[in-house]
Amino acid sequence: MTDYNEIITTVTPKKKLFDLNLKETFKYKDLISLLVTRTFKARYKQMLLGPIWAVIQPLLTTIVFTVVFGKIANLPTDGAPQFMFYMCGNVLWSYFSTCLNGGANVFTENAYVFSKVYFPRLVSPIANALGNMINFVIQSVIFFGFLAFYVINGTITPTYYLIPLSLLLVLEVTLLSMGIGTLLASLTVKYRDLKMLIAFGIQLWLYATPIAYSSVLVKEKMPQLYNLYMLNPMAPVVEAMRKIYLGVGNINYKYLLISAAVSVAFALIGTAVFNRTEKTFADKI
Amino acid sequence: MQKDSAIEIKGLVKEYRLGQIDSGTLRGDLQSFFARLFKKDDPNIPLLNDQYYSIKNKTHRAIDGVDLTIKKGEAVGLIGINGAGKSTLLKLISRITLPTEGEISYRGRVTSLLEVGTGFSAELTGRENIYMNGAILGMSKEEITSKMDKIIEFSEIGEYIDTPVKRYSSGMYVKLAFAVAAHLDSEILLLDEILAVGDVKFQEKSLKRMDEAANQENKTVIYVSHNMATIRKFCKRCIVLDAGKIIYDGDVESAIEVYTEHKKKEHSADNDLSKLTHRFCPNELVRQVSLTRFKLENCEDCVVNDRKSFSFSVYCNSKKYIENAYFLATFADTANQAVATSFSEAINIKQGENKFSFTLDLSPLKVGTYSINGALVEKSSFDIFSNYDYVEQMCYIDIPQEKEGDFLWSKRYWGVVRLDNLKLGGGNND
Repeated sequence: MTDYNEIITTVTPKKKLFDLNLKETFKYKDLISLLVTRTFKARYKQMLLGPIWAVIQPLLTTIVFTVVFGKIANLPTDGAPQFMFYMCGNVLWSYFSTCLNGGANVFTENAYVFSKVYFPRLVSPIANALGNMINFVIQSVIFFGFLAFYVINGTITPTYYLIPLSLLLVLEVTLLSMGIGTLLASLTVKYRDLKMLIAFGIQLWLYATPIAYSSVLVKEKMPQLYNLYMLNPMAPVVEAMRKIYLGVGNINYKYLLISAAVSVAFALIGTAVFNRTEKTFADKI
Repeated sequence: MQKDSAIEIKGLVKEYRLGQIDSGTLRGDLQSFFARLFKKDDPNIPLLNDQYYSIKNKTHRAIDGVDLTIKKGEAVGLIGINGAGKSTLLKLISRITLPTEGEISYRGRVTSLLEVGTGFSAELTGRENIYMNGAILGMSKEEITSKMDKIIEFSEIGEYIDTPVKRYSSGMYVKLAFAVAAHLDSEILLLDEILAVGDVKFQEKSLKRMDEAANQENKTVIYVSHNMATIRKFCKRCIVLDAGKIIYDGDVESAIEVYTEHKKKEHSADNDLSKLTHRFCPNELVRQVSLTRFKLENCEDCVVNDRKSFSFSVYCNSKKYIENAYFLATFADTANQAVATSFSEAINIKQGENKFSFTLDLSPLKVGTYSINGALVEKSSFDIFSNYDYVEQMCYIDIPQEKEGDFLWSKRYWGVVRLDNLKLGGGNND
């Protein structure tokens, strides 16, 4: 057993910009896992359908998208089956948006606990991301189930050799959503009205991302805006995901690199601002 | 750090900014920014609030240069009047907030029980919450599991341990919270008035447990309380804080003596107001009239025994002759929340020293400790008052419990003011 009497902690006012204290955060791994389970329990307890919600939500959205954008509006889907085309985008988008939204609420939701007990605050956004990642994995399994059906059927041919890249893309989405999330979380401590803006902003962002339509449409109808459009870091990621798993469209590596750089930048800025906010949080809330 | 010390604090300072820092909304801040840009009046500065100008950009030192070494296994009491900085000190040691200056070092882990049941999740069961609380402290699941039976036994929760804590009674809730904290393997324990939880039997058990922790398990305990009896029983060393500074550090009896002396000074019947800074305009040169002294007339130790004729004198110093001013005495509770105000009739203030004696029937005001905030005001246009001078907490008074007809007054259910009796009539009575 560790002799805790040997561990000396020193508290000083100074704090470096990127003093993440990862070692200490890692010591709290049990807390992270408990927080993740707590989120699940709190989310699905006393609910009729419980964890099935994690599955129903993207499934229903996909069905609605298929009917509205596919059947009624008759938007082209680059030759992929409409259902799979929308599901691929929806699963990724729902991971991104829940992760961002949860991250943005870290401070306001934990205000009481943060002002009463100490633990490395980074634990909370990490637990949030992990919790949403579990949801994402469940949804991905459903997606792969449907995918298998279409692949065996012969209607879809995934780009197999690119599948490892998709893991990197998921990592990128995680970094991006956590970065923006923690940045917004720090800002909402000061500006409470940002909270309204976040939900609204995510909704607008959805329309600026090729979830409900293909980016080919943007290229055709508004070529002058296409370059600007692809600077949305989520746009090339969604495109690439569709290329990898559905074998349609193409990967624009230039924009994918830009988007990766933007994501890393957001992750760094988010952590730095989070660190600064954490310091004075208890005095402000 | 020295080998045998558990906590070492050097030159600790915690500063807070006073006043409203910003509007709190992005919209408000942008508004203020553009107003400043175009040299217009900032729409977010509160109207009629002259205090705003005087306290803005001022800082308050909740902890003002504390040096302290606590040895391993010591049980130290921490006392001081409200606002002395006790809770801030605990918050700093437990790393909830960072210091402005100085350094705190400690050996091992710190558990703080600043408020019971923190980190408890309503949806989780008692058992799950024990894990959660332990994890917040940085303990592993195995360590918590090994303590589980002891905690459950101590908490007296029994079979309800697997019920969500939202269904617990408040008594069960605090018992569980205390049981967890008391059994966690931390080397340093910070307690804030915690022993006042549960029934008398549980309180005794808690005290015994704390004593065990400090004396047998060699834990270091810092205990904040207003209850001198528990401090006496439990601590060997006691620190008295005042205005963020340590004014006494040593054996318990002398500490309590220092504390009571100090408290009496705060509760003086005759108060010099010139040094008080919680006022309309702290800069004396700017004020036309200054309240200088406040004296209770027939009170002993600030206890108002004769509420029917409560009387006091107010002294003020004026730079000019003022007609038709009013003196306002506002009574505020211990949280400094105003509960009642009495107006004087119009008074004329002559240039130089003035003394006004007033009497007031305080019988509507019921049991408790109140501070008196005084104001000298004039009626300006639109029937709005404007301050000549305003002083917060000029004096403290204690109103003892008295029988109201056949009842003892119940503050909890009835508040602190007794209105005039209800009279039958006005409608149709059967």
